[in-house]
Amino acid sequence: MASVTFEGVSKRYGEVTAVDHLDLAITDGEFMVLLGPSGCGKTTALRMIAGLEDISDGKLLLGDEVVNDVDPSRRDISMVFQSYALYPHMTVQRNIESPLLVRKYEADGPGTPLRKLTSAERGERVAEAARVLDLEPYLKRKPAALSGGQRQRVALARAFVGRPKAFLMDEPLSNLDAKLRAQTRIELVDLHKRVGTTIVYVTHDQVEAMTMATRVAVMSTGKLQQVGTPQAVYNQPANTFVAQFIGTPPMNCLSATIAADGASISLADGNLPLPADLQTPVTPGQAVIVGVRPEHLEVDPAGSVEVQVRAVEWLGHECLISANAGDQPLIVRQVGMALDEAGSSLRLSAAPGDVHLFDPETTVRIP
Amino acid sequence: MTDTSSRLPATAGNPAGDPPGLESSKAEKGRRKKYDPREVGLAFLFLAPSLAVFVTFFYLPFFKLIGWGTYQSERNGASYKSVGTKQYKHLLVDSVVHRQGDFWSGLVHSFQFVLLTVPAGLVLGLLLAVAAHRRLKGIRLFQAIFSSTLATSVAVASVIFFFLFNPSVGLVHVTWVEDKRWSLFAAALPSIWQNLGLAFVIVLAGLQAVPDEVLEASRLDGYGPIRRLTRIIIPLISPVLLFLTVILVVFGFQAFAQIDVVTGGGPAGSSETLVFKIFRLNQDYGAGAVLSIGLFFVTLIVTALQFGLLDRRVHYDN
Repeated sequence: MASVTFEGVSKRYGEVTAVDHLDLAITDGEFMVLLGPSGCGKTTALRMIAGLEDISDGKLLLGDEVVNDVDPSRRDISMVFQSYALYPHMTVQRNIESPLLVRKYEADGPGTPLRKLTSAERGERVAEAARVLDLEPYLKRKPAALSGGQRQRVALARAFVGRPKAFLMDEPLSNLDAKLRAQTRIELVDLHKRVGTTIVYVTHDQVEAMTMATRVAVMSTGKLQQVGTPQAVYNQPANTFVAQFIGTPPMNCLSATIAADGASISLADGNLPLPADLQTPVTPGQAVIVGVRPEHLEVDPAGSVEVQVRAVEWLGHECLISANAGDQPLIVRQVGMALDEAGSSLRLSAAPGDVHLFDPETTVRIP
Repeated sequence: MTDTSSRLPATAGNPAGDPPGLESSKAEKGRRKKYDPREVGLAFLFLAPSLAVFVTFFYLPFFKLIGWGTYQSERNGASYKSVGTKQYKHLLVDSVVHRQGDFWSGLVHSFQFVLLTVPAGLVLGLLLAVAAHRRLKGIRLFQAIFSSTLATSVAVASVIFFFLFNPSVGLVHVTWVEDKRWSLFAAALPSIWQNLGLAFVIVLAGLQAVPDEVLEASRLDGYGPIRRLTRIIIPLISPVLLFLTVILVVFGFQAFAQIDVVTGGGPAGSSETLVFKIFRLNQDYGAGAVLSIGLFFVTLIVTALQFGLLDRRVHYDN
């Protein structure tokens, strides 16, 4: 096991900068999820850890060792690809055994000389991986004869069987259906708890990030936007990008000003309370972006903000009310069925602790 | 006993209790035999144009050739007499049994030519294709250079090598074309050169179909370049390699221009392959037809053997 550290790492393709001065420390045994939209540089960052992409600038460390120029085969890390990348001409057993056939291990204990595993040792490890991932009935099959979920488990078994320093996963659940994805998420967390190895997991799916990660690193346009626990990223987004990327529907971000009393925020059609801890860093009349999550807005006849309903979408257990506060759109998430129809007006309220402020120029969180 | 067959239609036609998939495949086979006559007629109608071409330009000449083989030339081709299958026995069977005569020596040289040209062209083309299959600046120039041998005609390639190895005017001062032990090798060089280009183009196309992620996974698994080539790349492009092997062997058996230009079959017939022997029999259609039929069956058997032996090692499912 090992930590993974990016120290000012950049990756450029000609004029295009895919990863821009990335500083990120992934601790030993952590389940770190790199989250971001397509083209944000998360997969490039992962491939740099694997050694499949050269590093243009900065240092990448595995443990204490700088691995910028170390060949992928010598980094002792394994990777699960989006397409699983199984060897189609080999049986499941051979696929899982594959890294054990070519690599050398400290098989006689930590610090002992590296050697290749014996056939019996390989068989033992393959059997264990097959048992853990429920692949025993399929060992003699070839990948083409497996379902997507089974192939994904073979890819995981191949990654785990060599007990590498770190596992890299590039959107491994994206080819699975929703039900299987949910089930595999739980299995992955369970597997991580059992083996305790560092996992770096790339996804654009915030649900995967929130449910599996020890910490989430949110990226956009090649830059790290925020790194923290899923709770921290959700509750205290560092900027409007993170605020709007995490959460479905995204956080409502509205232009507003701090009211003259310094204790509330003025919107076009009403005021929202300003949390006490935010009253110090702002001044009356200051322009801000106010952020409130749809689930934190309440339909309240005594609410301080009036909005015009544009549409109501009923989703079964909840409904989404699309409305306008002045000319600014927002969404309200309400449990159960909303009785309000398009064209009607509503009054909304929000608890002071659920209100976030961002600087309109830098989009950075206040304070 | 209860009559279950009436209540369980799924097993009614499957007394052996085969798995459902097997049962359905049996039923499918059964169904396949019952063609609709109108569909058969329509199928033949669609096949008719290609059948007409095949019959006119392959089957008719082939059977005509078999017929010619029953005539023996007299007075240096001035007249022919029918000798039945005697000529086939004499020129083919006896030649193989006694290991002498034109057919045997031509066959030996043809096999030697194939062994010289096919593995070398295949291996060099494969290695160059693997080397050129990467995203590097200017790699397309190298790809164009390596595949250029394919765009060169056999005659031009042969003339190039003729001048390279000509003892009098050649750039390389060797006596291969005059040496019985080396003449076939000298004649094989243009073929190797051309096979290299063909193998390069076809293997490169095959490599494009190998997913990058599989190769990357093998790097992370610890496979070095040689293991990656032998254990991952070659199995994954094995259908392409089988196809290449078969066509290069057929090309090897058919080679003529290279031998004619570089060595002229000499010295002392040391580079006369079966095709060259047939060419030399142009005054004796009967014997030429017999050797041609012999060559056809040799090629057929070798091709069938290749499929039989190699097909099991080919991985078709990507």
